[in-house]
Amino acid sequence: MKKSVFLGALTVAGLAAGAAAATTLEDVKARGKLNCGVTTGLVGFAAPDANGEWNGFDVAVCRAVAAAVLGDASAVEFVPTTGKTRFTALASGEIDMLARNTTWTFSRDVDLKFEFVGVNYYDGQGFMIPKELGVSSAKDLDGATVCIQTGTTTELNLADFFRANNISYEPVPIETNAEAQQQYLAGACDVYTTDASGLAATRATFEDPTAHVLLPEIISKEPLGPLVRHGDNEWGDIVRWTLNALIAAEEYGVSSANIGELASGTDNPEINRLLGTEGTLGEMLGLDLEWAKRAIMANGNYGEIFAKNIGETTPIGLARGLNAQWTDGGLLYSPPFR
Amino acid sequence: MSDTHAQSVAFVRDTAIPAAPAPANETGPVKWLRENLFATWANALLTIAALFVIYLILSATLPWILGGVWTTSSLSECREVLAGETGACFSVLSERWNQLLFGFKYPSELYWRPTLALVMLFVAAAPVLFFDLPRKLLIFTALYPFIAFWLIWGGSILVPIVALLGVVGGYLVYSRFVTQSFATGFFGGIVAALIVWYIGGFITEALAPANPMLAAVPSRDLGGFMLNLMLGVTCVSLSIPLGIALALGRQSSMPLIKGICVIFIEFIRGVPLITLLFVASVMLAYFFPPEANVDLFLRVVIMITMFSSAYIAEVIRGGLAALPKGQYEAADSLGLEYAQAMRLIILPQALKISIPGIVNIAVGLFKDTTLVSVISMFDLVGMIRGPILASTEWNGVYWELLGFAALLFFVVCYGISQYSQWLERRLATDHR
Repeated sequence: MKKSVFLGALTVAGLAAGAAAATTLEDVKARGKLNCGVTTGLVGFAAPDANGEWNGFDVAVCRAVAAAVLGDASAVEFVPTTGKTRFTALASGEIDMLARNTTWTFSRDVDLKFEFVGVNYYDGQGFMIPKELGVSSAKDLDGATVCIQTGTTTELNLADFFRANNISYEPVPIETNAEAQQQYLAGACDVYTTDASGLAATRATFEDPTAHVLLPEIISKEPLGPLVRHGDNEWGDIVRWTLNALIAAEEYGVSSANIGELASGTDNPEINRLLGTEGTLGEMLGLDLEWAKRAIMANGNYGEIFAKNIGETTPIGLARGLNAQWTDGGLLYSPPFR
Repeated sequence: MSDTHAQSVAFVRDTAIPAAPAPANETGPVKWLRENLFATWANALLTIAALFVIYLILSATLPWILGGVWTTSSLSECREVLAGETGACFSVLSERWNQLLFGFKYPSELYWRPTLALVMLFVAAAPVLFFDLPRKLLIFTALYPFIAFWLIWGGSILVPIVALLGVVGGYLVYSRFVTQSFATGFFGGIVAALIVWYIGGFITEALAPANPMLAAVPSRDLGGFMLNLMLGVTCVSLSIPLGIALALGRQSSMPLIKGICVIFIEFIRGVPLITLLFVASVMLAYFFPPEANVDLFLRVVIMITMFSSAYIAEVIRGGLAALPKGQYEAADSLGLEYAQAMRLIILPQALKISIPGIVNIAVGLFKDTTLVSVISMFDLVGMIRGPILASTEWNGVYWELLGFAALLFFVVCYGISQYSQWLERRLATDHR
């Protein structure tokens, strides 16, 4: 609304196009705030509470990066994006990173020119069914009516799964998750299928969640992770290793409770390098030595973030499953801090 | 003789019989019922059927509404309190009331500012809507946009003052030159305003106080029903003058002006509003460098205004076409020039004919402001679909929230519609 901005926009556009762009890290430091793209609202992953504070599993990644780079976990400008606006917001530079339950796929990584820095949640397509039907495996679903969101990859995965197992089904096409919830509860379909985390979140809102079960089969891979633009590898490294620091912290038993004690030095050189009491890892990233310590202190390690936002004690009640550490039979595996 | 009729005279009344009450069937509520609801067998059947339907609806909704819970802090608590009884969970409205009205980022200690702006809106709109009020009130109306801007966005008071000076400067130049030629006055006024704004831009930046009297609130923090009202009011009031200009331009005899207007109107009408909104939010970011962040609110206002002005132009063109040719000729024969003829004879009649159409578009536009939720602006519907339904406490509450949104929109749209009917009656000059 500033008239000078309003009038000067075109002139500035011409001038600035020629000027060499500063690196993302310099931009963020100069701004004093991290512009982080999140969803407009997804239970457990990102949503503002009654006081307008953003909370959630994806939000925690943004806060950790802000804490590592700027030393303040609250120095984040959350930019809500929809499924349609998220990629343009990142490509145009409106946001510095996107942490919005986005599936890492080949075409998004290569064709859209983004850099997925890791996976913070391994999701997959699952099935939910009323307990009273007595079905215990998705392979017993022959002839079932299935509520399915149209135009999504879940629709294609579903067709593949049933064809591969040589059983038949009848799709009930629906538009949104909210509609699916109503249709499923009204009995318009026997089964509802979407991402397993979404199913769990949906089931948590039912009047009687125990009357519905999630079938054990997961029929697709949906690795969700934060991403940045192509072309600024230093910035990509910072986001990647901040995420790795959260994962590694859980593996090494570094939590927000004991970090103060461990930061004064331990017998474990890996922890010492992570927390900056040994080596110069932070300087290599262009940050100070305590970057990872601040990132972990912002929300705790990966396990704490998981438990607080979507874990089994929350209404969403997701089990760790694939998202357990590799030492516990999961897929989380941070490269060494060395 | 006098005795002859002595007997019969006794039967001559010298007072009127007191009026008997009308038969029970022909009076009071019974008569009204008979005439209006049970006039024929078919009507009686329809009445009974309608009553049955109303009963069905009320018996389903009333227990739900009256049994509603207002004080819990989450949906699961609602269900505990209700313990299986029918009842709504209105607690979501009481807990998120401020978020529904103002969005989730507008600072709560500053809520009085948009509220005051809304109250002043009624005062400012009154002399425009009800032209029997004293004309002096229009001065406040003219000042209102600047006051409202300052109240809602806060920041340096110099910004609205410079904007106001630009308008005043433009108007002075316009009124100085308009007597010579309309075009000179019009474009001279625009140039003068631009010069004032350009110079004022430097002054405000130089003099901007570090701690302005009203704390600045960025556009990103606006939300809730406030955002719908702001978009609706701004876009309707901007698009009516623009629509008039476009309608007149389309009837112009100058091919260039006519061509531009036709292409603009047909292009905008051929594109869905949602596409324009995506252009505003997504595509424009590609054209500007990352630093020149033209306000998203401003971008959306421009797009919605363009959209509705094209429709309003077509409605007004309908009004212009409905005028008999004699009106144009009469204006010419009086020796009026173009601007005078339009202002004094043609437009007053054409606009009167166009009122229902314009109101139709205004109501539609106001409801269309909810579309901004798809470009991640948190208007009323955006707040409901995004933050509130995505919170762990309230995921699963649909009827209460969307019913509340419907109620708010109904109140405003019904008000607009009632006003337009009053306006039509007030302006009716034909002898029907």
